[in-house]
Amino acid sequence: MPKIIVEVMPKEVLLDPAGKSVNNALHRKGHKDITAVRIGKRIELHFDRAVTDADIAEAQQIGESFLSNAVIEDVVSVTVQN
Amino acid sequence: MTIKIGVVTFPGTLDDRDAQRAVRIAGAEAVPLWHADANLHKVDAVVLPGGFSYGDYLRCGAIAAQAPVTAEIVKAANGGLPVLGICNGFQVLVEAHLLPGGLIRNEKQHFICRDQRLRVENVNTPWTNQFTQNEEITIPLKNGEGGYIANPETLKRLEGEGLVAFRYLDSNPNGSMNDIAGLRNERGNVVGLMPHPEHAVEPGFGPDSSVAMKSGIDGLKFFTSVINSLVNA
Repeated sequence: MPKIIVEVMPKEVLLDPAGKSVNNALHRKGHKDITAVRIGKRIELHFDRAVTDADIAEAQQIGESFLSNAVIEDVVSVTVQN
Repeated sequence: MTIKIGVVTFPGTLDDRDAQRAVRIAGAEAVPLWHADANLHKVDAVVLPGGFSYGDYLRCGAIAAQAPVTAEIVKAANGGLPVLGICNGFQVLVEAHLLPGGLIRNEKQHFICRDQRLRVENVNTPWTNQFTQNEEITIPLKNGEGGYIANPETLKRLEGEGLVAFRYLDSNPNGSMNDIAGLRNERGNVVGLMPHPEHAVEPGFGPDSSVAMKSGIDGLKFFTSVINSLVNA
């Protein structure tokens, strides 16, 4: 199925509590070389047809205006799987 | 004339009935507003109550900010309609860009539920005019994502222009920058805060006070304030 994948991450400067908890658990399990974990969101937009450049531009806009909140998050990638 | 105050219900809203009750106790008529109904039914003011609208999916308040009723509220708020956002309602106001900044998970990860002391720092709004400047009040607080953040320029502007309406006293419950508990917009008609005034409006059901257990009704002044401002408008 053709789809656009939008990935959203919490801003680098912000504490990511979920990532920090996972990192702590990994350290308890002995994965000491992992210095940090950050957890974001992967959002898939599905289509019944091939994805166009206009769809990608629209996904970028949707990503920045609705799927993420610019105060706390960044859209880190918009990719296509046709 | 009877003042009509709309109280919005989104799927997942919890405190709409308490907010309606607070409106009635203050002396106005409570008008239920439905999320999918793009119609404010000629209300004189709107309350966005607390809860977990749309399951807090995506981000707290993000989907509610796109609801049909919210588009009408944004339009009306830009025209001066008094709007109060409580807890999830504050998050909706932020996501709808009626107030700046964002709200993130509490600093220590815990859902906090307690009676919270606040200082009222701006009394020049329809929702705070019955308070005295710097009045200290106690109303319930209950949230998991109440940490207020904004970029340094926004914070500077909020402080410089006196747009911080409420500040946490004693200990900051959620890591909010500058101890910010609530904000007003430039015009003053839009006010949002994380703590819950609607749960402190009737003796016997409010926070403990120095007078008696559960006697605190500091939240009532939010609702009498807006009635006062509308009657004298």
